[in-house]
Parts: sequence; C-alpha cells; structure tokens
Amino acid sequence: MNFFTEIGRFMIFMKYVMKRPQKWSVFWKITFREMHNIGIESLLVVTLIAFFLGAVTTIQTANQLLTPSDLFPTQLIPKFVVGSVVSTSAILELAPTITCLVLAGKVGANIASEIGNKKISEQIDAYEVMGINSASFVALPKIVAGLIMIPSLIIAANFLLMTGGAVATKFTSALSFDDLIEGARMVFHPEYVQIMMIKSFIFAFIITSLSSYQGYYTEGGALEVGAAGTYAVTRICIFILFFDLVIAQIFLGL
Amino acid sequence: MITVESVGITLGGRKILTNINATFHPGVPNLVIGASGSGKSVFLKCLVGLLTPQEGKILYDEQDFLSLEYDQKQELRKQIGMLFQNNALFDSLTVEENVEFPLKMFSDMSKEERKHRVNECLAKVNLVNSNHKFPSEISGGMKKRVGIARAIALPIKYLYCDEPNSGLDPLTSRVIDELILQITTDLNITTVINSHDMKTVNDIGENIIFIYQGQKWWEGNKSILSSAREENPELDNFFRASF
Ligand SMILES: Nc1ncnc2c1ncn2[C@@H]1O[C@H](COP(=O)(O)OP(=O)(O)OP(=O)(O)O)[C@@H](O)[C@H]1O
Ligand SMILES: [Mg+2]
Repeated sequence: MNFFTEIGRFMIFMKYVMKRPQKWSVFWKITFREMHNIGIESLLVVTLIAFFLGAVTTIQTANQLLTPSDLFPTQLIPKFVVGSVVSTSAILELAPTITCLVLAGKVGANIASEIGNKKISEQIDAYEVMGINSASFVALPKIVAGLIMIPSLIIAANFLLMTGGAVATKFTSALSFDDLIEGARMVFHPEYVQIMMIKSFIFAFIITSLSSYQGYYTEGGALEVGAAGTYAVTRICIFILFFDLVIAQIFLGL
Repeated sequence: MITVESVGITLGGRKILTNINATFHPGVPNLVIGASGSGKSVFLKCLVGLLTPQEGKILYDEQDFLSLEYDQKQELRKQIGMLFQNNALFDSLTVEENVEFPLKMFSDMSKEERKHRVNECLAKVNLVNSNHKFPSEISGGMKKRVGIARAIALPIKYLYCDEPNSGLDPLTSRVIDELILQITTDLNITTVINSHDMKTVNDIGENIIFIYQGQKWWEGNKSILSSAREENPELDNFFRASF
C-alpha cells in the first residue's frame, strides 16, 4: 500500500472515529479508564526521564558555556545564561518532544497491540455486528484521554526538568540554584508555553490516533499484533519529529 | 426473511463464493453446510456486511442491505445477533459483562433489569456459576455458550450462528441445537446456522444449503437428504467424511 492510499485510509478511519458516541455513559466510563492507563500509568516513567534529562542538560550546558577555553581564556558568558538555555530547551523541546517520544513507546505500542488483538480475535467484528461503530468505540476514548492526559504529563515534565536541573546545581560549584532560576526568569515568554501546548496536543493526537489506526487495520495473528505495535511506534516517532520541525519553523523560524 | 440473490465474492484475488441464491424464512432453522474452507463463514460475513460481495444482492425483508448507508446498516444490525466461529468474546470483560454489554449499549434497562436478563440468558444456555470468570478462564464449550447468550440478550430478529456446536460434547451440542430451534420458533426470528454436524442436520435441518467449493451445490431438507445423497456424490462424500 503506498503512502497516499494509506493517508486516505487514515482519513476514512478518522471520519468514523469522530462520530458521536452511541452511549455517553459508556463512553465516559471507558475514557476515564483510558485516562488512568495513559496518564497515571505513565507518571513514573515520565517523572524519572524528565528529572534525569533536566539534570543532564544542566550539567552539560554549564560545561559547554562556562568552561574557559584557549580561545576565550576568561569567563565571557554570565552564569545565568545556562538557566536560560536549560529552561527554554525544556519548554520548547525536552518536555513536549522527548516526553512524547517516550510515550510513543509506552502508550502507542500498548494501544496498537490492544486494538490489534481485538481485531484479529474478531472482537471488532463483534462490535460492528451489534450495530456499534467499532472505530469510534475503541479509538475515541483513547484519543480523548490522550488529549487530556498527555498535555498534563508534559506540563508536569516541564517542572520536573527544572527540578532535575536545580538538583544538579547542588553538585557543582560552577552554577548556583539562583543562577538557574534567574536565567529562566529572564527569557521566559508566554508564547513559549503556547508553543509547548500546541506541540502537546498535536503529539498527543499523533500518538493515540496513529496507534489506534495501526491496531485497527491489523490482519493476521499474534505475530502481526506485535508488528503493529512496533510499526506504530516507529511511525509515531517520525511524525512527532516531523511536526516538531514544522511547528518550530512556523513559530520560531527566523 | 432474507433473500440472497446471485451473491459472489472475491477475496485476495480468489473467488470464494460464486452465484449463491437462497431464501431464509423466519421461524425455521436454516442450515448452511459444507466442508472446511468451502466458504460458509465468508457467506455469513457477507450477510451481516463484515465482507462486501462484489456481485449480487442481499435483501432483509425487501430492504437492499448492500446499498444501505453505514448508519442505516448499523441500525439494522441492532436486530442481528451473531455467534462467531471463534466466539469473539470481549476478553477484558467477564462472562456476565459480555452478555450485559449489548444491553448496556442499546437498552434503557436499569442495572437490576440487566442483571436479571443476563442471568436469564446464561440460564438458557446452561451456564451458571461462571458469571465472574473471564473468557480466558473458561472452556471452549463454555465460551460458545457465552457467545450465544450474548447474541440473544437483546430482542433480535435475525440470528447467525457460525458452527455453534463445534468443540462441544454431544450432549451440550443437542442442548444448543434445541435452544437455537426454540429461540427461532418462539420468537419467529430468521436464523442461519453454519454447521458440519450430521446430528444437527438430522435434528433441525428444515432448510439446508450445501456449499461446495464456493457454490451452492444442493438445497433441500432433512427428509429428502438420503435420496439426494444417492445422486449427489459430493454431498454424499461430505456426510461420509463427517463420520
Ligand atoms: N479475509 C479473507 N481474505 C482472503 N481469503 C479469505 C478470507 N477469509 C476467508 N478466506 C478464504 O475463503 C475460503 C473460505 O473460508 P471460510 O472461512 O468461509 O471457510 P468455512 O467454510 O467457514 O470453513 P470452516 O468450516 O473451516 O470454518 C478459505 O479458502 C479462506 O482461505
Ligand atoms: Mg467457518
């Protein structure tokens, strides 16, 4: 199947997914469960990753900017600049993009194989025969839950990144906690938060909708279900990075 | 009543069914028999629209099923109960929740009413004391019965059973046959059963279609079966092989 027919099939899938749920009470019940699966279950991994990433970024940025070199034997760059770089990277890139790449592996693979399994065991067919719109029934709660929980995780990741950075300053004499915060304050733009939120929602949609799509069109057996998971993750990562670039160019390109 | 007119379907470049004509009346069990791979499951899936035949027509009481819009099809499907060959139970739901599922989606019953109806359906298929087990925790025959209970939970007009007693012991098979017969006559619904069980044919074969290599090879009922076997070697072979 070539790229364009696949885009077409994805569009048709989304057309069915975006229909009104047939029973709201059932829909919300499933959505809350999915919010738990996507959000709460990912909290630990997101916390760990954001924390370490924040610490590492701070240490490395400080190393690059504050080490005197042969070219500039004396310290030219004020220390707080490290805080500016770290906080801007966190808001614009590390929190939304890295978190979502991790969630692609966790949430995306999970959704693709869960729906894929429903497909090959004919549970999807069973929904259809009952008169249930199966695409919407299995995918919409996951997409809605993702759109609520993934941006929330990203906001949390942002604070955790800075916490990691703050902890890292305790282990170095080159940079103090106050430098870090001062630098962050100086370059803070509300637009950065907007860009982060735009990325969050787009990435959340990519993760949940692509993985649902990949699972829904699984054909075959257990092997193909596994393949659907892997395939979904690869595609999600590519699309996330592609849209990351597009958004960066639109909002920040000079 | 369901009328099938010259239905043909090609899947993956292979012609699976060719020119199938049939009429299924309410109130009597309609049997579709044939060897493994002859196309019985594909035929049932065409009837409910899970597969779309390239040729022919399927009429549900004069309504042309294949030309319906998706939403209209879904509306019609609410009157259809189906037992899949491999059950297709919802594996994240318990036995009870599986049967309750269509009620939750499409009825206005209260929780108590639903519970009552679920137990009624499970009792009908002789399945008690397994309400809280998951599909992975019950035997193949029990899964079949849960599948039937789920199919009949709502008031339906059409019932499709893909090999309802494969994998069941002879005793339970008869119980299931009896049950399907009873539901069919009591509710006067249109029932189509895929089977290759000789006993089923002899018990409830009022209207039988024999599919051979994707074609309708013979049509009749149990009373003319033995004479038909004498002049129809494929039919005879099929029954010979089932024993
Ligand atoms: N989705 C599909 N794509 C391609 N070929 C298919 C598809 N589904 C079924 N077939 C083919 O159609 C033929 C008939 O299959 P079907 O499942 O209808 O057989 P059956 O009569 O139900 O057999 P059994 O008694 O073993 O269940 C088989 O050769 C099968 O390989
Ligand atoms: Mg079959």
